[in-house]
Amino acid sequence: MQLESMYQEIILDHYRNPHHKGLRDPYDAEVHHVNPTCGDEVTLRVRLDGDDVADVSYDAMGCSISQASASVMADLIIGRPVKEAMNTGDEFLKLMQSKGQVDPDEDVLEDAVAFSGVSKYPARIKCALLAWMAWKDATAKAMEAQA
Amino acid sequence: MSIDVGRVRKDFPILTRSVRDGRPLVYLDSANTSQKPLQVIDAIEEYYSRHNANIHRATHQLGEEATEAYEGARLKVAGFIGAADESEVVFTKNISEGINLVAYAMGNAATSGPEAERFRVGPGDEIVITEMEHHSNIVPWQLLAQRTGATLRWFGVTDDGRLDLTDVDELINERTKIVSVAHQSNVLGTVNPVREIAAKAHAVGALVLVDGAQAVPQMPVDVAELGADFYGFTAHKLCGPTGIGVLWGRRELLETLPPFLGGGEMIETVAMERSTYAPPPHKFEAGTMPIAEAAGLSAAIDYLRGIGLEEIHAYEHELLAYALDRLREVEGLRLLGPAEAEDRGGALSFTLQGLDGREIHPHDVSQVLDAHGVAVRAGHHCARPLHRRFGLTASTRASLYFYNTRDEVDALADGLRQTQKFFSAA
Ligand SMILES: Cc1ncc(COP(=O)(O)O)c(C=O)c1O
Ligand SMILES: [Zn+2]
Repeated sequence: MQLESMYQEIILDHYRNPHHKGLRDPYDAEVHHVNPTCGDEVTLRVRLDGDDVADVSYDAMGCSISQASASVMADLIIGRPVKEAMNTGDEFLKLMQSKGQVDPDEDVLEDAVAFSGVSKYPARIKCALLAWMAWKDATAKAMEAQA
Repeated sequence: MSIDVGRVRKDFPILTRSVRDGRPLVYLDSANTSQKPLQVIDAIEEYYSRHNANIHRATHQLGEEATEAYEGARLKVAGFIGAADESEVVFTKNISEGINLVAYAMGNAATSGPEAERFRVGPGDEIVITEMEHHSNIVPWQLLAQRTGATLRWFGVTDDGRLDLTDVDELINERTKIVSVAHQSNVLGTVNPVREIAAKAHAVGALVLVDGAQAVPQMPVDVAELGADFYGFTAHKLCGPTGIGVLWGRRELLETLPPFLGGGEMIETVAMERSTYAPPPHKFEAGTMPIAEAAGLSAAIDYLRGIGLEEIHAYEHELLAYALDRLREVEGLRLLGPAEAEDRGGALSFTLQGLDGREIHPHDVSQVLDAHGVAVRAGHHCARPLHRRFGLTASTRASLYFYNTRDEVDALADGLRQTQKFFSAA
């Protein structure tokens, strides 16, 4: 059944046991994003350390895809240079827009390749992107505050 | 049940198709939009293949036929909802536009003549809605309140999904200008005591608008008997096409209500400095209207009447009672709205827990159901405040119509159990 292509085991694992969930101090910027189609909501905090992502924490309510995506994202980007993390975010966005036609770059996306099945379901793409969009927004705000 | 559902289903070509790798479609999303019978599809095709022209302005035979199709639909609607005459029936794009029409026209009353006095709202005036409204019956009133300085107030909802009328005499008072309420909730299925509310509103001189989007498809509606001043509905939920809705208004109100949209067809005379307006309903129909859609709506009304609104209501009531029983058997399912079928329509919104006791998000529920061919809606169903009231951001909604069967309800219940298995840790 096609269901398994969307709900890969990695996604279900992250959904059941999300990483980095729960808002943490200190932080430089906090944002709240919602996905109006599904009602998914995320509050996300970012702390920067120079050019690095020092910390990302979040509180999320929503579907398995949006929750798992936030968890996978936090794993991927905490401790990485902001620039690299942004690049990963761009790759993820490309994957989500691919309608399942693109082979994801596992070196860049790591566990996030598991979301490739989601890209075939237009209604769910926003779920997978929610945390990423929130993180980009929060990071931009944090950088603005620093500048 | 006096509906032969097997025969009815033959009228709906879409119900025979399969989805997601060959699974038979189980369509349980009619509160969102209903499916269309051949009779309606054919009427639209016939209109375009034989009669298409613009209305009111063409002086040729096709123009006459198109005008006949459009104005004939108006007459049909008037009879269908018990309007005093067809001039009380305004066509809109959907019910959202109908509600906006009233809200904006009331806003325009501030700068209109003394005849529009009773529509004026300003600081100190109150607009009353309810917590169970669709966003279409919330946002236009928020906008009106913002534009005019009026205050928006609302009825709460009880735990079992009925309107909380305990403070009705405080909420509806001499400051109230308009009360706008759903006849039937699109989330809870609750049928509201519109007649009582209208009587209270009229006692203090307030206007009453009723959102009939969910009620008109499911039960016989008589606007005169309800005591409303305005009543709106949308064709696509009653087997008709998208793109057309109806706003009924009492004649003397439509006469003095200022216009909403300006344009061709809504005028009497136009000079460069100012214009005068056509009498209702045309005053509210600017520009080329959805003519083919009106023909489709007319066919939909014929179709529903052919089956019988009483019969549809009775059939749905029994199917709803059956569905309530089936869903009650699903462990971990929490139903929103009245648990019994009385004063309740066929919208079944619920939350679902997995076998591990953890909530399964509605979007995930609907995804698994979809993989089994069962089409439902997930989200807040354009009623976010109502979901907040129940401490939720979203629910899953299955909604029934007269072409649904007990087998389909069973397929839903099975699908929900599959969903629980799928999301519970192995
Ligand atoms: C109660 C209610 N009001 C208003 C609407 C809005 O209908 P439409 O989108 O056709 O304007 C709907 C349907 O979505 C509804 O169920
Ligand atoms: Zn989602």
